[in-house]
Amino acid sequence: MERGTFLYEVWVARWSLLSGFGITLSASVLTIAIATLLGLILGIGLTYGWRPLRWLIRIYVDALRGIPVLVLILFAYYGLALFKINVPPFWAGVIALAAFSIAHIAETIRGGIESLPQGQTEAAKAIGLQFHQRLAYVIIPLATRRVLPPWMNTCAEIVKNTTLLSIIGVVEFLLSNQQAIARNYLVLQFYLFAAVVYLLINFTISQLGAKLERRYAHFRY
Amino acid sequence: MATSKAALLLQARGVTKSFGDLEILKGIDLDVRQGQVVALIGASGSGKTTFLRCINLLEEYERGEIRLDGEQIGYRVESRERRRLSEAQVSAQRARIGMVFQSFNLFPHMSAEQNVMLGLTKVRGKPKVEAQEIARHWLDRVGLADRRDHYPYQLSGGQQQRVAIARAVAMEPRLLLFDEVTSALDPELVAEVLAVMQDLARSGMTMLLVSHEMLFVRQVADHVVFMDGGVVAQAGAPAEVFERPATPRLRQFLGRFHGILTGAG
Repeated sequence: MERGTFLYEVWVARWSLLSGFGITLSASVLTIAIATLLGLILGIGLTYGWRPLRWLIRIYVDALRGIPVLVLILFAYYGLALFKINVPPFWAGVIALAAFSIAHIAETIRGGIESLPQGQTEAAKAIGLQFHQRLAYVIIPLATRRVLPPWMNTCAEIVKNTTLLSIIGVVEFLLSNQQAIARNYLVLQFYLFAAVVYLLINFTISQLGAKLERRYAHFRY
Repeated sequence: MATSKAALLLQARGVTKSFGDLEILKGIDLDVRQGQVVALIGASGSGKTTFLRCINLLEEYERGEIRLDGEQIGYRVESRERRRLSEAQVSAQRARIGMVFQSFNLFPHMSAEQNVMLGLTKVRGKPKVEAQEIARHWLDRVGLADRRDHYPYQLSGGQQQRVAIARAVAMEPRLLLFDEVTSALDPELVAEVLAVMQDLARSGMTMLLVSHEMLFVRQVADHVVFMDGGVVAQAGAPAEVFERPATPRLRQFLGRFHGILTGAG
């Protein structure tokens, strides 16, 4: 391989690119896991909670959905530092992304639960299941099937949003490409490379989603 | 057939219920004795279904009381104040009352057998093997032994409703409620569901049903209650209610089923 060709430069930067890829993946997976778990809890609170609790969650959801993710990331990193709370950039980024995505997932879950036929809850009550049992065995499984498509969407958004972590110095995949570009000036090639890799990640997610949807297609009425 | 000496199982006194300004139940009194089949009939909007749903607290009733085996459903009275029972207590009461719905409401993510097993394992706390045995027994009894691994979407309406009946009766409820269970079915599927209900009635299950199947009511019910405008307008043995309607409203209501009922002879 000749010096200066794209493949050669990728080989030179392989460890940095792999590390960037790893950071993008781990930030995505962590954010998706945290946002899904807490989003599910907030979504249930939004649907069944006491009125004051619903209001609190509603305020959170609407506020967070109205703020640009970038602002959240900058705040989590620089803002918290002002209060002498020192968070490493990676974690500041994950916290900000998760805080944003929780709001979206909570709203999705609420919509999914409310779209279920009332008869399902009534049938679950009629056999004597308590609230937490109705959630665990009937409501959540059925709502999960309903929210699978919008949830996969949110996951893809999260992957794309991890690029914003480069702003606070997290060397995720995009920044690792930019660092390579700074050495070899192969601007077009490396940005195209980055675009294709992100596309592949999200293609994998959507394939996985389609597979899950088929797997649970019988959760219908 | 239950005699009037059988123990009182369900006792409703002065039950009222409103939706906003609309008073749906204006003080319902009703007794159901052990082993009895009681049918609620009446025009739509007369409050039959609402009353049925108050019995297992799918609707909250406002005044009056409903007692099952002497225990008030849904509330306890403490120094003259009515307090709602806890979620666990209400659920325990509901587990003693089975309900079958017009729209079946089977859990779509579970096979027929799993639908029947859910309450047995999670509410009754039965081991899985025993729950499965009970589920298979009841699916067999409703004629669906060969459909136990089918999901609801793979079953006809009549089959789904029979699974729903098996799910309710497998819990060994003290009382089974049927809310217009054949109304959503194609006419040719009604008979198979009614046959299962008749079989249950014969086996001594206490049943309270809302139905427009007048022929079935006349043949199977021990006691018929005609509801009109949120009150019980007339109640008695089927022969009495069907042959000697005391009010013009009941005569008019029964008139609609005239052909069917005279055929019943």
